[in-house]
Amino acid sequence: MAEIYDIVVIGAGAVGCAVARELSRYNLKVAVLEKGIDVASGTSGRNSAVIHAGFNNKNGSLMAQLCVEGNQGFEKLANELGVPYKKTGKYLIAFDKDDIKVLKGLVEQGRKNGVKGLHMIDECSLKKAVPGVGGIAAMHSPETAIINPFAYVIALAEDAARNGVTFLFDREVKSILFNNDIYLISAGQDIYKAKFIINCAGLYSDKIANMMNINDYKIYPCRGEYFILDEIADEVLSVPIYPAPKKGIGGLGVHLTPTTKGNILIGPSAEYIDDKSDYSCTAKIMDKLFTEAKQLLPTLKRSCIIGSYSGIRSKLASPQEGGFHDFVIHKKNNSIHLIGIESPGLTASVPLARRVIEEIKKSITMHKKTEIIPPKIRKPHFRNLSMKEKSKLISQDSNYGEIVCRCEQITKREILDAIENPLGVVSISGIKYRCGATMGRCQGGYCLGRITDILIKEYNKKPSDITLRGGNSSLYLGFLQEDSYEK
Amino acid sequence: MKNKIVIVGGGPAGMAAALAAKEHCKDKCNVIIIEREHTLGGILNQCIHDGFGLLKFGQMMTGPEYANKYEKLIEKADIKVYTDTMVIDVTNDKKVTFINKNGLSTIKASSIIFATGCRERTRGNIAIPGTRPAGIFTAGVAQNLTNNKNICIGKKVIILGSGDIGLIMARRLTYEGADVIGVIELQKQPGGLQRNISQCLYDFDIPLYLQHTIVEIKGKERLQAVTVAPVDELGNPIENNKFTLECDTLVLSVGLIPENEIAKKSGVLLDDKTNGALTDEYLQTNISGVFVCGNSIKVMDLVDYVSEQGEVAGYNAVAYLFNEKMYEFKKQRSLEMPKGLPENGKFTCILCPNGCSITVEGNNVNGNKCNRGKQFAIQEKKTPKRVLTITILTQKGYTISAKTDRPIDKEIIKEVIKICKKIRASDNCKIGDVILDNIANTNANLIATSKVHL
Repeated sequence: MAEIYDIVVIGAGAVGCAVARELSRYNLKVAVLEKGIDVASGTSGRNSAVIHAGFNNKNGSLMAQLCVEGNQGFEKLANELGVPYKKTGKYLIAFDKDDIKVLKGLVEQGRKNGVKGLHMIDECSLKKAVPGVGGIAAMHSPETAIINPFAYVIALAEDAARNGVTFLFDREVKSILFNNDIYLISAGQDIYKAKFIINCAGLYSDKIANMMNINDYKIYPCRGEYFILDEIADEVLSVPIYPAPKKGIGGLGVHLTPTTKGNILIGPSAEYIDDKSDYSCTAKIMDKLFTEAKQLLPTLKRSCIIGSYSGIRSKLASPQEGGFHDFVIHKKNNSIHLIGIESPGLTASVPLARRVIEEIKKSITMHKKTEIIPPKIRKPHFRNLSMKEKSKLISQDSNYGEIVCRCEQITKREILDAIENPLGVVSISGIKYRCGATMGRCQGGYCLGRITDILIKEYNKKPSDITLRGGNSSLYLGFLQEDSYEK
Repeated sequence: MKNKIVIVGGGPAGMAAALAAKEHCKDKCNVIIIEREHTLGGILNQCIHDGFGLLKFGQMMTGPEYANKYEKLIEKADIKVYTDTMVIDVTNDKKVTFINKNGLSTIKASSIIFATGCRERTRGNIAIPGTRPAGIFTAGVAQNLTNNKNICIGKKVIILGSGDIGLIMARRLTYEGADVIGVIELQKQPGGLQRNISQCLYDFDIPLYLQHTIVEIKGKERLQAVTVAPVDELGNPIENNKFTLECDTLVLSVGLIPENEIAKKSGVLLDDKTNGALTDEYLQTNISGVFVCGNSIKVMDLVDYVSEQGEVAGYNAVAYLFNEKMYEFKKQRSLEMPKGLPENGKFTCILCPNGCSITVEGNNVNGNKCNRGKQFAIQEKKTPKRVLTITILTQKGYTISAKTDRPIDKEIIKEVIKICKKIRASDNCKIGDVILDNIANTNANLIATSKVHL
């Protein structure tokens, strides 16, 4: 007889993990079922990593309300979780008079939403604030911030796990039955039982809702492609710059965003596609991205590109309709469905989770735990420390004296910590998102072999067990000749 | 106190610079090499194929052997070597900070020579459209995994780019049993040396798709296929003529970029376009007393040039300290190895960098500049011979490299490889030791070209 969970959360993205963390504060048996082999494997790990201020969203919408709430609480949350966060502010650039009109409208909309500090600036102040930028005027949003989205979702999940939530990866939900007040969830190779389900399945939230006879929603996947530039933010651009939004399918327009590490992201495009799992980058859009980015920042050089990726928005607005559709929190029996959580879902993740808790409380009695295990203090990145601190760390642990990833200056200690992560994720991308190795300009050229060595020699992995992202994504086929490396 | 000359990087450029500096200073300086790897030699240690040293030493060596020649000299000279040590900062006033297992240290140098080599361009740099599956490696990474770690990266391989490393890897992966489906090159002419086209592709009938490129990468988990299209005169893909090649592995040999992140930190000016360090004719940078040599200025075809440049930088670093006349760096030999496609019906001689294009008709041999070339061409027409370079496992399972000490018949290479894969070398095997004599009755001995590094 399988155990019965009080609550099963489906999906371990930003929202699912935020929900799990809120739930972990109560005396409940909670599990998270995730299709991927790690948290943040969908849209949560493939976006612009911006904490939005909330001026883009319609007055009175749930989106606007949760975004503003999320933005205002984020600094504290990030500090609590030890997640890289920077309140950079952002500029929306106007290229003509129509743009200025649009931006003035946004200032107004934002003020009504409760966003602080929005104001227009003229060309002269803009060029002073962001040297090298194009445009004739801009809107400044001082409350906008950037975070490391992987670190954020991982920290939420680890906090939840430390407080009793079970994370189960590689568990794609295939069907759900409701029988005697218990949900039977078929996921991966097993059946899980739950009294309550929270659907945080992002792109697949319509599919999960369908399994529970809710047929009102359809998610239209809308892909956005990005380029990643080298760590030139310090020299080139330290604040996100966006074009004034154009009428269309509801992206924010191709923008330039520095990351907390100092890279610059260009993107995203917005293109409705059919396949929710198609994270391709296309020749057509790659060309377009760079051209549009150059309008914003004419000095940009192509040689700074070190990578590309794409993310997929889970849109409720159909291609015909376009634009934004409000977030949906749909309750039915003992289930809650979060549907259409596209941007600003990352910003709104914790407020969304709080709304979920309020909804659950209407159905079941929940008791707060008397004791909560506080988040583990995150070790700082070695490369950000002073020489003195570095020296001290090496004398305490010689694994700090070995740099494994040269571009990001990641030490062996940090690699080992990433391998031994509390969620038990074993993959190269799991290591990458936890410590930053392979993310730099050589894209793993230097450190992949070293990480492979560590996994084989120190963790007894076979080459074929080493995967990029779990499943069939093996990096290697095996040893060329077997029984090499003395154990 | 003696002046300190700090050399960042212990590859061929750094080693040559250290030796030249030590010799020229007549013991008036401390010469220090800081190397991030476990051993000196840099990228040479994974280049187990031969062809190194023809210009400088007049003999063909494998990468590890070439490196070892310098390593031995450095051991004898009074040069301080830090290995497993990474330089993390160099200041404008020549303070070099480095870390290793023993801690963090700073040396105040009188002169610095950066010999930091280059890195590979990646898929990201050239923005190939498509998915991001496992199975895509740069050629250098593929080489490291194959030659130093005994790891099988794939069985059905496509190589993008016909630079030398790509060609060498085509042969190397074929030796290890992979099916190399093709080499794809955007340009009209291959990028690598003629001898490599001939020995790495033609020897194994590996197709070379000139004026083609990859327009899409397919596969969500592991690579499944690439879509290839011919390109027009301007290099734009002709979409109508594209076709799909199934594969599980893509090896990228799409160029090298000088690596100067540390030099840049110290204030050394770089070329905006190439990322190469800017120097004067004496290899000195905009900071006086700071020199650069090797691939971190401009990527060179042959290691021999890298060594020569290292020597000049080493000499000049000393000259700088004692206000002596510096030497200009110019390639001391004007020879360039021929690149591109070998001419039809002609043999490209591989015995020296001249790379003569030779024809043989009956007893008539034409195009050769020396008698050795004549003999080579006649042999090549009759029964071509090759030196086999390969990896061997030791008894404890470490990987070392080896070669046949003379060319063997091309036809029996497959058979010889099979033997190589069955035997085990001694763990104490030294460079030059015979692992197996008279292998497959070829009269050639299999000798070690590297040793186990613990």
